[in-house]
Amino acid sequence: MIVWARHHRQALAAAVASLLRAPLASLMTIGVIGITLALPAGLHVVLDNLSRLTGGWTQEAGEISVFLKSGTSTATAEKLMERLRRDPEMTRVQHVTPEQALREFRSRPGFGESLKALDTNPLPHLLVVRPAPSLPAERLEQLRQRLAKETAVDQVVLDLAWVRRLQNWLELAGRFAAMLAALLALGVVLIISNTIRLAVANRRDEIAVTKLVGGTNAYIRRPFLYGGALQGLLGGLLAWLLTLAALWALSGPIGELTRLYQSEFSAQGLPVREWLLLVGGGTLLGWLGAFLVSSRHLSAIEPT
Amino acid sequence: MLQLTHVGKRYPSGYEALKAVSFTLDDGEMAFLTGHSGAGKSTLLRLLALIERPTRGQLIVGGRNLERFPARRIPHYRRELGVVFQDNRLLFDRTVFDNVALPLQVTGTPLAEIPKRVRAALDKVGLLEKERLSPIVLSGGEQQRVGIARAIVHRPSILLADEPTGNLDPDLSLEILELFLDFHAHGTTVLIATHDMNLIKVAKQRVLQLDHGELMLDTGRRE
Repeated sequence: MIVWARHHRQALAAAVASLLRAPLASLMTIGVIGITLALPAGLHVVLDNLSRLTGGWTQEAGEISVFLKSGTSTATAEKLMERLRRDPEMTRVQHVTPEQALREFRSRPGFGESLKALDTNPLPHLLVVRPAPSLPAERLEQLRQRLAKETAVDQVVLDLAWVRRLQNWLELAGRFAAMLAALLALGVVLIISNTIRLAVANRRDEIAVTKLVGGTNAYIRRPFLYGGALQGLLGGLLAWLLTLAALWALSGPIGELTRLYQSEFSAQGLPVREWLLLVGGGTLLGWLGAFLVSSRHLSAIEPT
Repeated sequence: MLQLTHVGKRYPSGYEALKAVSFTLDDGEMAFLTGHSGAGKSTLLRLLALIERPTRGQLIVGGRNLERFPARRIPHYRRELGVVFQDNRLLFDRTVFDNVALPLQVTGTPLAEIPKRVRAALDKVGLLEKERLSPIVLSGGEQQRVGIARAIVHRPSILLADEPTGNLDPDLSLEILELFLDFHAHGTTVLIATHDMNLIKVAKQRVLQLDHGELMLDTGRRE
């Protein structure tokens, strides 16, 4: 156990030393890994922020405002509301009477004065319909048409339907990002494999001599595994820094936009879980890449 | 004990490097393996270090049967040997100290103990003050002595040397011989392959002479 720990400490030191021996080559490898990992990580950050941004609108997303013809009686409006409530495609139907609407308008600054000039209430009955959340975006339009055919109905307005469609798109983009991440993870494994293969070839003599004095394959392989894992780790950290830098560079325009939309929204970097996934994943991929080539290439080198 | 019984080595090309060689070397014994180049000296040492396997016969070292020795145990077997090569096989990107420390590192020797033992080995070959240098700046004789220090640093019970003085002038060769005689005096089994007759004459040890892969002469044990 002590020998084992000693060997691992030795291997880590050897891996660090060999990274520092060729700093430029190491930096290039780490740079390539960093950029490769930054791509899916950055995409994830963008999607994460978009879905958080639009998440706030989901409540209202897809709500349907049904304006009844003016002159419709309260009784007719309530009868229609009762009927719509039994419809499985709707989760909630709310009745806003002309009186309620007028009161709400009056409470808003600037409206009160102008409304006083009116002697009758010009506002129609309004039914606010919330469709079932499971209803896909494309069915909303059908629902709207169905509601418009009701005799008492004057006009049907779909609120923020585009948000639902956007969220469908975001989900699709999320899947695309996952696929891209898998592909690029494979890329990282190949990059590290190639780097480690070259490192093994460069150190043929050292490997042969070490075998000659009784070094086991595991002993000889260990520094290469640490080297791969270390480059993966540093690549993962670089990818994280790249997403932070990109976010920082974009923070000006994002702030401008959110101010324009009077939103509380502020863009965020990688959440902790994803950060761990990025850095840990990079380390694991590096180790895997090194493992895949070193086992095969090391056993091919024998002392003569 | 080193025991060879009808050991033969035939390469895939059909070339027969060794033909039915038999001899026994007791623990702590010293012998020279001699013969013209291509007689099979190096091949015999390679079989003993398990760099190659015999195609015929039986090879027993310290009670272990080498022709059926499992490959994954080879590193552990090699830790009981010290091997010196004509081309010394030093690593030129490491210091003298690190070259000599290698056999200790692979066995997981405690870090505190490594400097002590490396310096003891370097002291023995007279290179204590050169431990921080790269072997590349050393002379041929010094490089060979670094190779010997690496071969003995882990106190092996068997020391094998393949033309250890091949590149050295006679005076240096005798210095190296003194080292081997000293290890022998301390109980190490020593087998040296050489065609340096002067060395053999001075050493007054057992001689095994190979000729075209066959053992032609065995002077027997000398005391």
